[in-house]
Amino acid sequence: MTHQQPILDTSPKVSDEIRKTTCYMCACRCGINVHMKNGKVAYIEGNRDHPVNKGVLCAKGSAGIMQVNAPSRLKAPMLRTGPRGSGQFKEITWDEALAIAVGWLEPVRHEAPEQLAFFTGRDQSQSFTSFWAQSYGTPNYAAHGGFCSVNMATAGIYTMGGAFWEFGQPDWEHTKLFLLFGVAEDHDSNPIKMGIGKIKKRGARVIGVNPIRSGYNAIADDWVGITPGTDGLFILSMIHVLMKAGKIDLDYLSRYTNAPVLVNASEGPEKGLLMRDADGKMLVIDRNTGKLTPFDQPGVRPDLSAVYEKDGVTHRPVFHQMAERYLADEYAPEAVADKCGIPAKRIRAIAGELARVAFDEAFELDHEWTDFRGEKHTKMIGRPVAMHSMRGVSAHANGFQTCRALHVLQILLGTVEVPGGFRFKPPYPKPVEAHPTPHCKSTPDTPLDGPHLGFVRGPEHLALKEDGSPARIDKAFTWENPMSAHGLMHMVISNAHAGDPYKIDTLFMYMANMSWNSSMNTKGVMEMLTDKDENGDYKIPHIIYSDAYSSEMVAFADLILPDTTYLERHDCISLLDRPICEADAAADAIRWPVIEPDRDVRGFQTVLIQLANRMKLPGFTNEDRTAKWKDYADYIVNHERKPGIGPLSGFRGEDGSKTGRGEVNPEQLNQYIENGGFHVAHIPEGADYYKPWNTAYQDWAVGMGLYDSPQPYLFQLYVEPMRKFQLAAEGHGERQPPEHLRQRVKDVMDPLPIWYETDQQGNEGFTVNALTQRPMAMYHSWGTQNAWLRQLHGRNPLYVPTKLMRENNLQDGDWAKITSPHGEITVPVMEMAALNDNTVWTWNAIGKRKGAWALEEDAPEATKGFLLNHLIHELLPAKGDGMRWANSDPITGQAAWFDLKVKIEKAAAPSDMQESQPAFPAQESPVGTGPKELKWKVGK
Amino acid sequence: MTELPNSTDRKMGLVIDLDTCVGCHACVISCKGWNTENYGAPLSDQNPYGGDPSGTFLNRVHSYEVQPEQGHAQLIHFPKSCLHCEDAPCVTVCPTGASYKRVEDGIVLVNEDHCIGCGLCAWSCPYGARELDLAEGVMKKCTLCVDRIYNENLPEVDRIPSCVRTCPAGARHFGDLGDPDSDVSKLVAERGGMDLMPELGTKPVNKYLPPRPKDTIEEEIDILAPLLAPVAEEPQGFMGWLDKALDKLPGGAN
Repeated sequence: MTHQQPILDTSPKVSDEIRKTTCYMCACRCGINVHMKNGKVAYIEGNRDHPVNKGVLCAKGSAGIMQVNAPSRLKAPMLRTGPRGSGQFKEITWDEALAIAVGWLEPVRHEAPEQLAFFTGRDQSQSFTSFWAQSYGTPNYAAHGGFCSVNMATAGIYTMGGAFWEFGQPDWEHTKLFLLFGVAEDHDSNPIKMGIGKIKKRGARVIGVNPIRSGYNAIADDWVGITPGTDGLFILSMIHVLMKAGKIDLDYLSRYTNAPVLVNASEGPEKGLLMRDADGKMLVIDRNTGKLTPFDQPGVRPDLSAVYEKDGVTHRPVFHQMAERYLADEYAPEAVADKCGIPAKRIRAIAGELARVAFDEAFELDHEWTDFRGEKHTKMIGRPVAMHSMRGVSAHANGFQTCRALHVLQILLGTVEVPGGFRFKPPYPKPVEAHPTPHCKSTPDTPLDGPHLGFVRGPEHLALKEDGSPARIDKAFTWENPMSAHGLMHMVISNAHAGDPYKIDTLFMYMANMSWNSSMNTKGVMEMLTDKDENGDYKIPHIIYSDAYSSEMVAFADLILPDTTYLERHDCISLLDRPICEADAAADAIRWPVIEPDRDVRGFQTVLIQLANRMKLPGFTNEDRTAKWKDYADYIVNHERKPGIGPLSGFRGEDGSKTGRGEVNPEQLNQYIENGGFHVAHIPEGADYYKPWNTAYQDWAVGMGLYDSPQPYLFQLYVEPMRKFQLAAEGHGERQPPEHLRQRVKDVMDPLPIWYETDQQGNEGFTVNALTQRPMAMYHSWGTQNAWLRQLHGRNPLYVPTKLMRENNLQDGDWAKITSPHGEITVPVMEMAALNDNTVWTWNAIGKRKGAWALEEDAPEATKGFLLNHLIHELLPAKGDGMRWANSDPITGQAAWFDLKVKIEKAAAPSDMQESQPAFPAQESPVGTGPKELKWKVGK
Repeated sequence: MTELPNSTDRKMGLVIDLDTCVGCHACVISCKGWNTENYGAPLSDQNPYGGDPSGTFLNRVHSYEVQPEQGHAQLIHFPKSCLHCEDAPCVTVCPTGASYKRVEDGIVLVNEDHCIGCGLCAWSCPYGARELDLAEGVMKKCTLCVDRIYNENLPEVDRIPSCVRTCPAGARHFGDLGDPDSDVSKLVAERGGMDLMPELGTKPVNKYLPPRPKDTIEEEIDILAPLLAPVAEEPQGFMGWLDKALDKLPGGAN
């Protein structure tokens, strides 16, 4: 046939309209253009103007259309009719649902508000949900950070006033060396991909430190297949090498950190605390005068070396203690190489590369700036080394100290808040002092005495009752985990079930799959949720749950409050909690209903307002007893946290012309929509680096309402609040740890970073590390096994390194029994060579329970899929001391998912094995299953 | 059975950077979204919530492990779609003329009105780049977003394939590989861009940029080691060094 071409319309109409909102397929919060045809969602692409994603969009984002059309969407409020766990419900009206909820919540509030435990799996409207919980009066509120990455966040705040992701980002424009620890995919989903692409394009080096060489590690120029849980030791070894070689930024350390601050050496209750003057200002020796002086005086050159003698006692600066500790041979590469699984030569080479890039490739930007001492600088010195890390190093029982070590390494190189390094995003930097302390005093019919979550400065801020028992159901802020700044959501159900520290009446959760992939000891949690007391009543009397989808958790609730999808709701991504700022700008965003729900569902935040209005909660009620807000959109626009400061910082003031501070603007949401769903306020040049010490930045931040007054501060290489806990453990002060925790508090609350083994006693014979990660196309995504995405990741074999495959005579497709001290699973295996020799892993949360998510019962997720969660217990194996210790970081309570140790053995032949074990009976689906075929075209 | 044009005015195609592709599948799903809603029949899915889900995709990402002779195994993410070959066997094998290569830009397309779903083209394509849509019974393949790249209803900046527009890592590039001065041709020249299975003689237009050498840092230790020479052997010596170093700082004694 001769060549012939049909006539083609190459300019077809793309859509009727583009509606711009914010993605919520994960927590990254990209801007999206939702193309509408005939009033329906036709196509979703990234918004080019948006500060987060600048037009690009990941697989999750583009698959949002299948989330909005998912058959697993809940349709109406439901009341349980069968036994808990069965999935049997009847649909009820919203009026009935709200009345039932209030019928449970109101008496609790009158009598003992702490008997409500309110936990949200998502934390991006935290300033609102915590406001609700405070107004209700329960101390038992938190989001999911306790089982996610609280170690990273908290270690960052205590050390330098911010951590990664929402707190800050690499200076992608200038960095030349990027170190990534324990990250395969990340919260900061698209920005990290964009950044890595950008720096690789200009030849910058990427080093990935991760037991698994997938995702970002697959394209890293150098891969460090570290032994899980030893990152801290590896980092401290690099600190050893760099300090020993003098490759540290002394000028930076003396000006901007507490390295020169004197540590009290006098025996007694102040030993180890930082020396201060009468006004509480930290003291240093001025190298110009040799005299003791407050650190912040004009012209002071804080001395890293000089000591202060008084009354026969020599008080030395923090830097002396660091030198003494980290120059010790125990941190030499040769001493740590075996433990870390990294040859000493490689550790030295990486440290050498850090030194080379930080110092030999230093550069200057001609930006003038003035520091908090009043000194003018004509240049900004760039040290183009940037680092990023998140959950991989966090989720170990030594994670807090490891994260501390990582921040200290960056600071020693002088690469934080300088060009080429790590940069904070507003409202960070923010020192510990600018954060609240925890509050836990609950009184009937009264709001809580302050915000639930905060940063303890010492034992005086622990959430303890007068008798010393935990005030919170999750035992956050107790001697077991004093710095648990995000709470311990993973302990709520087991503590409530055990009535330890007390019983609760109602468990109220939002977007948290606690009966499946978000809990350790999944089977045990299911039993706790259905367990009854001697009277035949459920041990947890009431469970209210809000979710948009038919997740595994739905079946375990008594009352379901169905949420909308993210395209059907209002949200605000607020500077009051977790905004979308960039290092160069403050930014926030909204979601708005680009489509209306076609079901009887309501946005969860609106439902909280409706519940509050029925209960007439104080914060939600005017003096004349009328409701302040009718729904979440009303709250977003009209709520003021302080005069002139509300959830959204843009388009404030009566005509929308003010930014940051300003009167309520009734047109604010419309102006956000016109602007693409977000608002950006740029940081002026010259204020854009050295933010914690830069007068111009501090003044800008005050103008924006981020602070009420300038808050310059020093980076805390030495964390004094930790020392205060040690002092208590040494017998000082009124609040004393219980005897069984005394030694542990002394050991782990070290004010300078340490590393310790997480190898749990009781693990003998379990020698293989077992990890999980989420695939990029699903990371941090809430919801259904989306029809498109599950075709990418519908199966999750256990990936086993070549050596262990050979040792156990395994081949791809074989089944293996994986055992931990807590349990066993039998699962399909697949060989992976690019993997630490002694580590196995799988994709998390691919395994689903039959009946959930509107999947058919033979879906691979429900037959071959599995969870490692069955192998992990919320308590450690018994040590024989009569105690059961939490499987958490002893400082923050972070769930130590990645400390899991297992053994492997070959199981039955595949033909004998139909399903992964353990297998659970199907839940009844409240939504049925999805269609047999999708042939989707909105425009026809 | 169907003739190819003697030549094409341009050779539009993709350049995919295997050094940067993180395997995130953004391109796969963006493509699925655009091409479900646009050119030809929607890309259907069978058993989308069932035991063996399978759908039509015009672009897929495969992952391969590579074991170099020395050093650690590596994982390569390999996105694959139609390569718009100059000597496209899928066109010449087509019995109805439904498959064709456009003269103006070299894009290989299927005229779905003439496609009988015989599958010969998919069989003849050595790259496995064509998929028969089971709902519609027609052959589907990458169109290089022919309904985007000239589309006057889109802003000019968006007149690129949806996979290129969405790629977060910037690993996908689009342009005229027939023009040696185009950005994509320069990129191919700079980075040693490669044909996929050139021995088959299909002359693919799309090019792949190979991963850069990996795991070389230990080899650089000779350069790096002098940077790490200890300033002193004893801790007391370190403090002596510190004093001198502090004096050398701006505003110091020396």
